[in-house]
Amino acid sequence: MSTSAGHGAAVRIAACGKTFADGTRALEPATLDIDRGETLVLLGPSGCGKTTMLRIIAGLELPDTGGKVLFDGKDMTSVPIERRNVGMVFQSYALFPNMSVSDNIGYGLKIRGVPNEERAARVAELVALTNISGLENRRIDQLSGGQRQRVALARAVAIRPGILLLDEPLTALDAALRDRLRGELNRLLRALGITTIYVTHDQSEAMELGDRIVVMQKGTIAQIGSPREIYFAPKNRFVAEFIGAANIIEAPIEGGQLVLPGGRQPIGGDATVSAAVAMIRPETIRVVEAGSAPLSGLIDSVSFIGDRQRMVVSGVSGKLLTVDAPNAVVAKAGERVGLLISPDAVRLLPPES
Amino acid sequence: MSHKFFVWLCLLPLAVVTVAFFLLPMARLVVTGAEGPQGLAGYLAILTEPRYRATLINTVMLAAATTIVTLIVATIAGMFLQRHRFPGRAVLIAMLTFPLAFPGVVVGFLIILLAGRQGLIGDLSSRLFGERLVFAYSIYGLFLGYLYFSIPRVILTIMAAVQKLDVGLEEAARSLGASPWAVQRDVVMPALAPAFVASGAIAFATAMGAFGTAFTLATNIDVLPMLIYTEFTLAANFSTSAALSVGLGIITWFILAIARSFSGSAVAAAG
Ligand SMILES: Nc1ncnc2c1ncn2[C@@H]1O[C@H](COP(=O)(O)OP(=O)(O)OP(=O)(O)O)[C@@H](O)[C@H]1O
Ligand SMILES: [Mg+2]
Repeated sequence: MSTSAGHGAAVRIAACGKTFADGTRALEPATLDIDRGETLVLLGPSGCGKTTMLRIIAGLELPDTGGKVLFDGKDMTSVPIERRNVGMVFQSYALFPNMSVSDNIGYGLKIRGVPNEERAARVAELVALTNISGLENRRIDQLSGGQRQRVALARAVAIRPGILLLDEPLTALDAALRDRLRGELNRLLRALGITTIYVTHDQSEAMELGDRIVVMQKGTIAQIGSPREIYFAPKNRFVAEFIGAANIIEAPIEGGQLVLPGGRQPIGGDATVSAAVAMIRPETIRVVEAGSAPLSGLIDSVSFIGDRQRMVVSGVSGKLLTVDAPNAVVAKAGERVGLLISPDAVRLLPPES
Repeated sequence: MSHKFFVWLCLLPLAVVTVAFFLLPMARLVVTGAEGPQGLAGYLAILTEPRYRATLINTVMLAAATTIVTLIVATIAGMFLQRHRFPGRAVLIAMLTFPLAFPGVVVGFLIILLAGRQGLIGDLSSRLFGERLVFAYSIYGLFLGYLYFSIPRVILTIMAAVQKLDVGLEEAARSLGASPWAVQRDVVMPALAPAFVASGAIAFATAMGAFGTAFTLATNIDVLPMLIYTEFTLAANFSTSAALSVGLGIITWFILAIARSFSGSAVAAAG
C-alpha cells in the first residue's frame, strides 16, 4: 500500500445533465474534472442532484445526450457499471443477506474468477484493514450499523477499483459513531489513495474528507474549491450559508466602509461599489470593550458551548449578529460591547440574483 | 379476569373448530383406513398394489412438473410485469388473474375447448398438417389445466416478492462486476426463495389434490383424487378410499416439508 501518490483513474464529466423519464430535471449539464487519487466531495442539500451525479459516474444512470463520462481519457459513457471497475458504497450498504461477511467482501473477486486462496488472502487483508476481525462468518443481520458500513467499504475496495464512489456512507449511523468512523474513513482513503467521490449533505464531513468540495444547488454546481476556499471565499450567499455559520449583512458602502447602525466597518478588496452583501464568519469577530472598536452592539444572549461561547448581538446591523467568542471572555446579556473585525474577514458576495 | 385466562378464552373457538372439523374427522378417516379386510395392511396396499402405486407415482410426478413449470413461467412473467411499465399492463395483469375464480371443472372445460376433439389446436393442426392433434384427455391436458390453474396464483405471490426486492442489492452486485445472469443467480433468486417455497407449496398441494379438472377431462388418466372418488362412490370401498386419502395427505405434507427444509437456510438468510 502506498501513500496518496495517486491510484486509480482520473475522471472527467463533460456536460452531463440528467432529465428523468417523468421530466424531472435532476442535473443541469455540468463539467467536472477529478484528479487521480483525489477525494472529491459532492455536497449539497437534499434533492440537489448529488446521487444522480454519482450514479452517472458509476454507470447506473445514462446522462442526457451530449453528456460524456471519461475515465483516464477513455469514453465510458456507454460502458455498463459491471465493466467500469468502480467500487460503490451505498447509503443502505446493500450487503447481500444470503452471504456471510467474508463472502460479501470476496464476491467481486469470485465474479472475477480469482482463485480461492488468493481471494481468502485478500479478504483477510481487508478484514484487518477495516477492523472487523472475528466477524468473518457472521450473517449480515448479525452486524451492527457501524460493522455493516465497514463490510460495505471492504467489499467495494476488495476489487481494487479505479474509482471509489460513496453515497452518504455514514448518514445511517448515530452521531458519535459517525464522528469516529469519519476519522477512520479519512485515514483509510488517504492510505488507499484511490480516486474517491464522496456524497454527503454534512458540511463538516465534507470539510474533513475532501481534497476539493463541489457545492451543489438545485442541480447546478454552485462552487468548486478546497475546503478553505469554500469556507473563507464562498462565491455566493447559498454557499456561505450552507457551509458553517455566516452573518450575511446588506449595507451601503461609503469610503471603503460598510455603513451600519452600530458604526462603520472597514472592508478590504473592491471598495468602489456603493452597496454590498457582505459575509462575516462568527469566529472572526472579536469582542472588546465598548468604545474601543468602531462597531458596537448590545448582547442579546450568550450560550456557553464549552470550547467557545456563542453570542447574539443586536443593534450592529439590521439583523442579529452571531459572534463566536473564546470561552474565557466574560460578557453578560444586556451588556454593551465593542466588536473588532479585520477588514479581510469581511467577504463581499455578489448581489442576489 | 386474569390476562392468561383471557388468552385461553380467545383460544377456545380455535380449539373447538380444530377438534370438531379437523381432529375428529381425521381420526375417523385414519381408523376407517384400517377397517378393511386387510386391516392396517390396507395402508400398505397404497404402495404394494401396482395400480395404486402407479397412480401415486403419476400424481406426484404431475404435481412436481406442474410446480416446476409454474414457478419458471410465473417468475419470468412476474418479474417482467413488476419491473416494466407499458401500456396495457394493468389490463394484462387483470386478465392473468381472471382465472383465479374458476373452479377445476371450468378449467377442464377450457382445456377441452383448446385441445379436445373439437378443440382449437385440433382445428389448426388438421388444417396445417392434415392431422388432428388431441391431447385434452391425456396427462398433457391435465398438466396444461393444472398450469392454467396455478400460474395466476403464483404470479401474484412472485410479483409481490419482486416488488420488495432491494434494487440496491442488484446494483451493488453489478458494481462488483456481476453479469446480469450472475445477478439473478446470486442476488435475485436467493431473495425470492421464500416466495418460491410458499407459492410452490400451494401449487404442489393444489395439483396433488385437484379433482374438478381431472374429473372433467377423465378418460384415460388416473390421479389419486380420481382413484379415491372411484373407490368411494363406484366400488363403495370405504376403507381403501380412506387409506388413500390419508396417504395423499401424508405424502403431500412430507414432500412440502422436505422442500421447506431444503430452502430453509435461504429463507432464514433472506428473511
Ligand atoms: N428515478 C427518478 N425519477 C424521477 N426523478 C428522480 C429520480 N431520481 C431522482 N429524482 C429527482 O432528482 C432530483 C435529484 O435527486 P438526487 O437523488 O440526485 O438528490 P440528492 O442530492 O442525492 O438528495 P438526497 O440528499 O436527499 O439523497 C430530486 O428532485 C429527485 O426527486
Ligand atoms: Mg442522495
